[in-house]
Amino acid sequence: MTLNQLKLENEGKILNIGCSENIKRRLLDLGLVKNTNIIPVLISPSGDPKAFEVRGTLIAIREEDTKKIEIKI
Amino acid sequence: MGKSTIFNSLTGMHQHTGNWPGKTVANATGKATINSKDFLFVDIPGTYSLMSNSEEEEIARDYICFGNPDATVVVVDSTCLERNLNLLFQIMEMTENVILCVNLLDEAKKKKIKIDIKKLSEDLGIPVVGTTAKKKRTLENLKQTIYKVCIGEITPKPNKVIYEKIIEDGIEDVKTALDEVVKLEGKEHYKNDFLRWVAIKLIDGENKILNSIKKNTKLQIDYPKITRKVEEVRKKLQDQGITEKNFKDKIVSNILYKSEEICKKVCIFENENYTYRDRKIDKILTSKVFGIPIMIIFLAVIFWLTIVGSNYPSNLLFSFFGWIQDKLIELAIFIKLPEWISNMLIFGVYQTLTWVISVMLPPMAIFFPLFTFLEDLGYLPRIAFNTDKFFKKACCTGKQMITMCMGFGCNACGVTGCRIIDSPRERLIAILTNNFIPCNGRFPFLISVATIFIAGAYGGGSSILATLSVITIILIGIFLTLIISKILSKTILKGMPSSFVLELPPYRKPQIGKILVRSIFDRTLFILMRAIKIAAPAGLIIWLLANIGINGETLLNIIANFFDPFAKIMGLDGYILTAFVLGIPANEIVLPIILMCYLKSNMLIDMEDTFAIGEILRQNGWTIITAINVMIFTVLHFPCSTTLLTIKKETGSLKWTIWSFIIPTACGIVICILTNFIYHICIV
Repeated sequence: MTLNQLKLENEGKILNIGCSENIKRRLLDLGLVKNTNIIPVLISPSGDPKAFEVRGTLIAIREEDTKKIEIKI
Repeated sequence: MGKSTIFNSLTGMHQHTGNWPGKTVANATGKATINSKDFLFVDIPGTYSLMSNSEEEEIARDYICFGNPDATVVVVDSTCLERNLNLLFQIMEMTENVILCVNLLDEAKKKKIKIDIKKLSEDLGIPVVGTTAKKKRTLENLKQTIYKVCIGEITPKPNKVIYEKIIEDGIEDVKTALDEVVKLEGKEHYKNDFLRWVAIKLIDGENKILNSIKKNTKLQIDYPKITRKVEEVRKKLQDQGITEKNFKDKIVSNILYKSEEICKKVCIFENENYTYRDRKIDKILTSKVFGIPIMIIFLAVIFWLTIVGSNYPSNLLFSFFGWIQDKLIELAIFIKLPEWISNMLIFGVYQTLTWVISVMLPPMAIFFPLFTFLEDLGYLPRIAFNTDKFFKKACCTGKQMITMCMGFGCNACGVTGCRIIDSPRERLIAILTNNFIPCNGRFPFLISVATIFIAGAYGGGSSILATLSVITIILIGIFLTLIISKILSKTILKGMPSSFVLELPPYRKPQIGKILVRSIFDRTLFILMRAIKIAAPAGLIIWLLANIGINGETLLNIIANFFDPFAKIMGLDGYILTAFVLGIPANEIVLPIILMCYLKSNMLIDMEDTFAIGEILRQNGWTIITAINVMIFTVLHFPCSTTLLTIKKETGSLKWTIWSFIIPTACGIVICILTNFIYHICIV
């Protein structure tokens, strides 16, 4: 499944990041690599973007990008 | 994070700090003396990584690699140590003399995170110092460590990240080739670590970094022997499934795993739910129902405090400068200065100058500390988070909203604030559209006009109507920002799709004292100085125009008459348009110039009484439609000279500065003509 399908407060594990090169780079910098745990915790008032808890930090990512991040539960 | 704070404490400088990464864009330097030895500190941009090639990262990387620092202090946030160790390992790959400063220990303590500093130091092989910016003693400790590393009393031996065997072998192969070339050329002063780093970058094939290496060192990395070796290694790696594409991913992942491993050993989370409080606050501040209303309330309160609070100090400044003015007049008479010279200097230069100070200083001195408070708290990234969707539709980023909020205080500051936007395209859009947001200087004028004509038209006590009309005008400005941003990104600023990956930092208790000092020095006084530089000559020009005449008619009148036919089409008159043009040094003087023209005076006129102003304006033909058009044009016209100068400085381009002049002006003219046209059709 992909990250955008993960329900709030549920934990997933990152399998693959298929975003465009510069966003992928940025996500890697922020600590999103294979096998990293990720939990969606906030939704912006208009539904997009969402914020995820990763390695003790909170990171906002747009839906168009979370669609391209594969995870497993 | 907290790097600039540490830098300031070490050097006593006032580098602006904010609760988001990437504040420092260019290198700032400061001096300090430790144990009677002089040290030069260089504050380099804060980043998460040195691998994604943003502008800040390049500056940071180039300085660490080629600036030959005696030591590199890496400042990390103790509340998210794991993520920050990533950067540390990348730096340890380039240079040996690294000191880790684990900052914000007080915040960590609050969140019940315990960090074993000693063990961390052992595991990393470098000196580690824990600091709390508020506690002087911890900083002294850092200073001493820096001293010891610089004089060689402590030699850091960084434990580098070890990659998979096949990658390590490849690195070693390329490094051997590099070693040989270096020896051949007799340039043996390159450190082992540095050459290993170059080897990794060669395999990776990142052109930007390689070009930087070529530019800054004499290392012959184009040497055929090396190029051949690199090709060979790449082929070997490819056979093992490590392609050009995933090589870097492997490197980054390895670094992150190592960070994770170390963190597990040295951090104890006594309270597993340590982010509980932050999440609870976030749930409210970004909730579907309250998120946006709370944001509006926050901003509204800030504006209200600014407008109400600046009245009194403004008047005080006015009377103070007025008192000096009287003395100056006496002095001029006493030294028998010719009247025209003294008038020109006092009523022209001095009066305009002090006018600008009196009207600009108090609102900025109130707005910026309040805004910096929100910034320090960590709320601003949440604003970007809440509003990103709207900006995404306009093909830009939610961070633009933060720069717009700053624009309410001062557009020049808003333009400078655009540095937080990573993508050059989106940054330019934010800069070009910032002026659609009315700044502090335009607010009082908007409110006066609304009170006189819109509230006044429907009888007294309808201040709600006046407020609503001002809000409507602001909403038009915001709406146009989005429309114009969209148009820009579809036309002259086509290119990369917009992106938005943003960290929402933990909330922090703002340090009031520092906020006051920083916001006043870095923002308020900085902007004021720029405004003053322009106000003085502008004052001279305005005075000359109002006092020099041809055939008994002042130049001001001639200009106004020239503009009049065109202004009439826009539903304004020649004087109003002239006032906007002459008001370019500061929007605050537009109304005084209008009054000066109407009263046939030869100096700027200040009036307290809105009722009296209303009378004068009505006598000179203002109607409700004039008022509406004036309000529209106040929001939609060329930026003030300070903002224009700032845009020139930030973009480094005259072309974009001219665009930033044309875009809002064109919008204003078109919309004024339309409203005027529609109004007259409806009336007839």
